[in-house]
This record gives sequence, C-alpha cells and structure tokens, in this order.
Amino acid sequence: MMIALNKRANPSPLFATLSPFIALTLTLVAGVILFLAIGKSPGAALYAYLIEPLTEGWSLHELAVKATPLILIGAGLCIAFLSGNWNIGAEGQLVMGAIAGAIVPVLIPDFRNLLTLPLMLCLGMLGGALWASIPGLLKAKFGTSEILTSLMLVYVAQLFLDWLVRGPWRDPAGYNFPQTVRFPTEATVPAIDYASGRAHWGFGIAILVALGLWYMLARTRRGFSLRVTGQSPRAARFGGFSPGRTTMFAFLLSGALAGLAGIIEVAGAIGQLRPVISPGYGFTAIIVAFLGRLNPAGAILAGLVLALSYLGGEAAQISLGVSDKIARVFQGMILFFVLGCDTLINYRIRIAGQSSGGVIAETPAATTGSDQKRDIDAAASAVPEAGRHA
Amino acid sequence: MLSVEGLTKRFGTLVANDAVDLVIKPGEIHALLGENGAGKSTFVKMLFGSLRPDAGVIRWEGNPVSIETPGEARALGIGMVFQHFSLFEALTAGENIALAFEGGGTGHGAIGARAREVSETYGLPIDPDALVGELSVGERQRIEIVRCLMQDPKLIILDEPTSVLTPQEAEKLFETLERLKSEGRSVLYISHRLDEVRRLCDSATVLRHGRVVAHCTPSEETAGSLAAMMVGEEVEGFSRASAAVDHASDRAVLRLNGLSLPAASPFAVPLKDIDLTVPAGMVIGIAGVAGNGQGELFEALSGEVLQNRADMVSIDGSAAGHMDIEERRALGAAFVPEERLGHGAAPAMALTDNLFLSRHGTDSALFTGTLGSILKNKLKAVAAHISETMDVRKGAPDPHASALSGGNLQKYLVGRELDREPLLIIVNQPTWGVDAGAAARIRGALANVARRGGAVLAISQDLDELFEIADAIAVMHHGRMSRPIPIEEATREKIGLLMGGADPDHAELAEMQA
Repeated sequence: MMIALNKRANPSPLFATLSPFIALTLTLVAGVILFLAIGKSPGAALYAYLIEPLTEGWSLHELAVKATPLILIGAGLCIAFLSGNWNIGAEGQLVMGAIAGAIVPVLIPDFRNLLTLPLMLCLGMLGGALWASIPGLLKAKFGTSEILTSLMLVYVAQLFLDWLVRGPWRDPAGYNFPQTVRFPTEATVPAIDYASGRAHWGFGIAILVALGLWYMLARTRRGFSLRVTGQSPRAARFGGFSPGRTTMFAFLLSGALAGLAGIIEVAGAIGQLRPVISPGYGFTAIIVAFLGRLNPAGAILAGLVLALSYLGGEAAQISLGVSDKIARVFQGMILFFVLGCDTLINYRIRIAGQSSGGVIAETPAATTGSDQKRDIDAAASAVPEAGRHA
Repeated sequence: MLSVEGLTKRFGTLVANDAVDLVIKPGEIHALLGENGAGKSTFVKMLFGSLRPDAGVIRWEGNPVSIETPGEARALGIGMVFQHFSLFEALTAGENIALAFEGGGTGHGAIGARAREVSETYGLPIDPDALVGELSVGERQRIEIVRCLMQDPKLIILDEPTSVLTPQEAEKLFETLERLKSEGRSVLYISHRLDEVRRLCDSATVLRHGRVVAHCTPSEETAGSLAAMMVGEEVEGFSRASAAVDHASDRAVLRLNGLSLPAASPFAVPLKDIDLTVPAGMVIGIAGVAGNGQGELFEALSGEVLQNRADMVSIDGSAAGHMDIEERRALGAAFVPEERLGHGAAPAMALTDNLFLSRHGTDSALFTGTLGSILKNKLKAVAAHISETMDVRKGAPDPHASALSGGNLQKYLVGRELDREPLLIIVNQPTWGVDAGAAARIRGALANVARRGGAVLAISQDLDELFEIADAIAVMHHGRMSRPIPIEEATREKIGLLMGGADPDHAELAEMQA
C-alpha cells in the first residue's frame, strides 16, 4: 500500500479556504500529544496557552502590542512572497528601521515637536527599505539568491545594533547599561488607553497598512504586476512588467514595513534601544504571511494568532512551569502544518495499492512541484535555522 | 531485422499513423523524417511498447511480435534514447544507470564496471560520480546512450538526438553511431535536420500526416527534395481570399535593418543580419524548420530582448530597437507568442486578468481609474466582446486561462490583440496545435488586419497556412532570413529548398530548371 498525491485539474477553492484552519487544528492535536508527553494535563495546558491570555484586559493589550509588528511585517512579506521574492531578512530590516528612526531622539534630542514622531516613522521606513534594497539589488542585478543574502544581513544588523548601544549611542547617565536614552514623550507612539494597558496606536497603523496593501494587491495595476510576476514571470515580462523593477519594489516595500515595525516597537512598546529589541518578529512574520494565505488582510488575523502564541508561551511558563521555548515549538508546528495542508489545494491524496514497478526509463524524471513551491520550502526551512540564532 | 506492415494508430478521429510500412536492415542507420506532428513519435512509441497499435504487424527478425511494454521491447533488443531525458537530477550518473538495472541481480560494482567498459568502447566518456543536475545536456545524453547500450540492443531508436546538442557534440554522436553500425547494430534515427540525415543515414522513410510518402536513400536525394517530401509537393487548391496586395501601400510598418543578435545560450540560434520590410496592407509569412531562430526573432521583435542598435527594428518609422515591449505596443504593435500558457497568458489567472496583462498600457484610460485601480467591469465587458467575436468557448464566465482548450485560448489571445485594432501584429505559430475550425477563424482574422490597412508578420512552420494567408514568404535558416518571395512566385519546392539551407540564388536556379 502507498499514499499517492494526484494533481488536481484545478486548485480546490474549498481547501484554499480550509487549509489554514486544518493546519491550526492539527497544531492543536500535536500540542495535546506534546503536553501528554511531558506529563502535563493537555486540557489545562491548552487553556493556559490559548484561552487565559484572552481573559484579561491587560493581556488583550499585550496581544495588540505583539500583533502590531507581526501584522506590519507579515503584510509586507505577503507582497514580497507573492511576487516570488523570498525576503526572509525582515528581522534585520526591523532592527535597521529601529536604529534609523532612533537617530532623532538619540542624536538630536532637542528636536521635540509634533513632527518628531512622524519624522522617526519615516526614517524607520527608510532604514528598513535601504537594508532590504541590498538583497533586492543583488538579486535584480546579479541573480544572487535573496534567501541567503537577506538572511545573512539579519546578523549584520543585530550586531550593528549591539555595538551601537554598547558604544557610541549608550546613555551616558545609564549606569553603563547597554541601552540608549529613554525616548521623550514627543518621540513615543501614544497609547490607546493609558489606564488599561500598553497597547499603542501602532496597532491602528498596522491594520490600516494591511488593508491598504490588500487593496493595492487586489485592485491596482501595481498589485497585478506583483501577482503576475510571482505566478508566471515570462508572462509578466510579456505584459511589460520588468522583473528587476518588481523585485526592487517588493524588497523596498517589505523592508520599509519591517523598518516601520521596528521603530514602532522601540518608540511604542520599549521606549529606547537595547541590544535585543525583538523576540524574532521578523521570522515569525513569515509564518504570519503563509498562515494568512499571502493575503495582507489575512495577515491581520494570522498576526493575532501568532501574537497569542507568544503570550501563551509566557503564560504557560508561569502557570505550568514549562519552558517559554514552547512558543517557538508551536510557531514551528503552525508553519509546518500550513505548508503541508497547502498541498491539499493542488493535490488529492489517494491511498493506492502496490503500483506496478515500472522501469525508470519510461517515466521522465519527476521534478517535484513548481519552482515557486520549491522556493517556499527553501524559505520555510531557513526559518528555524534563523530562529536558533535569534 | 525489423519490419513493420500496415501499422495504424488512431486517437479519436485523428489518424496519427495510417498503415505505415517500414523495413530496417541489420547494420543500417535508418532515418524517420517528417514535420512536427507528422506521426513520428506515435510510430516509435508503438515500436517501444508505450502505445498499442490499432492495426498492423511488427516483425522482429522475421517473427511477428506484440510489444506490450517497454520492458518487452528491451527484452527483444530494442533500446531507446528519448528526446526528453529520463534521468534523476539529484542522483549521480552511476546511480542513474544502476537504477535502470534494479532487480536484475547484478551488484552495484558490476554495473559500474560494465558502464565503464561501454563508455570506453564507444568513446562516450562519462564520470559515474558526477551529479546529473550539474551536467550539460550533451553529457546527459551520453549517460542515456551508455545506459541504453549496456542492455546490448540490436536496434537503437534515437528521437531527435541532435536537437539539444551543439555542433561539436553532434559530431561526436555521429562517430558513435558509425561505430554501432560497424558492429552490425541498427539505428532508427528520427530527425528533421536534412543535412545530418543525408550524411549519416543509409535509408529513410518520410512521413506526412501519418502516412508514408516515400522510402528513399538520403545520399541520392538533395536537401530540397527531402524537404519537398516532408512538406508535400502536391499543390492543393488554396482558398485565397481576395488578394490583400491591393491594399498594400508604401508605408513600411515594420522594418528590420541588419537585425543581428548573439545567441543567449549554447542552444539558442543567433540572428544574423536580417533585413525585412513589412508594408501596410500585407501579410508576410516567415517559414522555416523549427529551431532556426524563429523564437529568437519573435523575442527580438517584441522587445523582450533589446537590440544593440535602435535602428535594427523600426515600427511605423520610429527606431524601436531600444524600446521595451510596452513602448513598442504604444507604437501600434501587438504580439502573440508561440507558447500560450506561461508566455502569452498567465495560466492560473482569469481571462479578464489576462486581458489586462497585454493591454494595461495601451488601454490604461479604458481599464484603469484613479491611483491605477483596475476597472473590472470594463475588463469583463471587453473580454466578453472578444469571446463573442472570436467564438471562444469556455465553461465559466471568466475561467482561468489554463481551463480553456488550446484552440479556444489561442482565439482569445489573438482576439485580445486584434480588439485594439493594432497597426502591426506579429504572431509566432498562429495555429499550432489548434483544431481546424479555430485555425480558420484565426487565419481569417489575421488576413483582415491586412485588409483594413494594417501589417501582419506570421512566423509559422505550417507551410499550408503560409500559402493560405501570406502575400509573401521569407524563410529562416540558421538564423538568417531569405528575401521574401511574393506568393505568386513561391512554390513548395522553392520554399523547401530554402528551408533545407540552400542559398537563395540556388533556389531560383532550381526553379528555372523546373
């Protein structure tokens, strides 16, 4: 007996919708097995992990805080991935955006007025976009694999930030802690409701950006050029859309949004630069993009789900005494099952008897799936790799 | 060695092979000639057990045999080297060879030793440890041939072996084939390269529309006479509509001035010094055997590949050599590529999206609103109009391009360009793989462009088609183009000679003798 995958004539719209939900269900099942294996009651563990964070006002605020960068970056990555540009270095672009935006409060602390925050946000986008333009240019000009270059630049950015906060940008009045001055009020993203929690208006920006990108992708010529380039590069060229320009646009846009997420994170949730400013949002956002079906509007929901996985990890650590690495395990399982379930969209699973052992020579060597699929797998497999170092 | 009588294969109403007879003697290289779609592949698939004949007898060494599977063919002593290789790229050459012998009881080491022996004997150097994915096409073909020879076949079938080889690699292959012949093995050599066949083959069978039109000795024929057999000498009554030439004017809509283009890859054909003028009101046909630079010419004209000098390509008087495809469209040009899915259309996108694909620039005022927003209703209306005019049959109002049959998609893609009433339309293989009804509609639509004063450049391997619609025919061979021959002076013999590579002066000479 063997399990065979038969290609469907047309992609199944049913499974295109159901796939993320099947993936989440399978993640839960795997979670139950996981908790049983480490001797915890699965019911209590899943409650602590998934439900408890939603029962209190302050933790809902935390959910919004964590979802903000995930949605911003995830929506941008949808654009990049859909156009066949595998930018997996959003974590580095986030860091460079945070550094560029922090130029204002750190280097020109006396510039304090209504323009301070908008200027910081713009610089943040610029920083992220410039950092993303490096792998973009290398790909457009020399055909370099952007998966490698964008990922490697993450570590460059992280070490640059580390050097800055321990060296030139260290707060002179900060008792030698590796951190910058605290940003003044004018340089801080205002909270939505101070009284009840930390959530800030960055969340609103993230929702607006995601909806804007959804409109661009679905309804404009620019969005069309991105979609057709990812799907059928030669047809896109025939349509007059230059692949190099599309690559640059995708990298600049996704980089700018990662940079925006970075500056919003430091100017909203943290309030200063530190050696580590993100628990891997840039990598987790890759999962957000895929869980959201590469649809920027879907990234809003997916961003909230992944934010919950971070909160759940913390909650499970407190109430169950398990390592907060459990959050990474859950995130990895979500991505694994999402990519696995996506197979159902294009393939039908058939359980077949022993097939006649034909000789190799008459079947043309099978290339598994399309190039795009291979690239997705390559990008996805780089994620846990990156996560280890983050 | 092998004789075939009355072999017939039908696919539905199409008779792919109609009572084919053929005899291959021991120790001869036998050519199977024919245009694309003449039935060559169907025939060899029946010999190799991949297809079952509907009628006819195959005799192997005098005894009637029925070959049900490729395994049985191999057991008889028939080996085949495919046009598209069947190697696993992630495995080494040695592993690929060993895979074919799995279950044979021979150890891995023994297979390796035998592979080395065969590769040395026949001058086919292979490195058993090299990954197939890193090898050139020629090296991959050597692995296939070694694998085939290790089974000690008496008859070796080669399907278009040189179509993927550089001239130097082809030369080496010929040496190997001569050696096989000297050992008394027979070769069935499928090709449409006439010079090769004349040089190498002892006898030839020519197929056209599934029938044997001739058995001959290639060395006694000329390239021209072989080409004439392949494309058909009999001049059928062409139903030419009223001569479009009446509408021709002096306005040169497309002018190629010394168009040259280096080959982009080892298997591409460089374009060499092409001069051509397509005046308004005329259909110019470009004939030629596949792979003589037609694809490269199309991409150079469409602007997907740019030229070195701006004046190499002029569209309606403007030097367009440095313009991209959108700028050329803006000058009034329209393009229909050979490959429908993946080039002319994005397969997984709706017909309306595919309408936008080639028209978003020229019709931006019609299809896009503020901020570049796409007006779907306008697209739907125009797509519906195109479908109606061109009689595009589809299962849903706005299906994906890949859901349409080849003929219906081609009607849509031609209609998409004609709908904007272009000044110039350049089509590569307008009716390739399209059913007769759709082909007639497409040809009629192209002829209409010329009739209302536009210009048409039709690149086609189908001579019948060119004789039907073209006002003059030029021929491409090895990246060069002959001067266009007005349709009144064009004969199949003359075009055939040019397709076989005769120089144009010679072609005229032959005509004078005729």
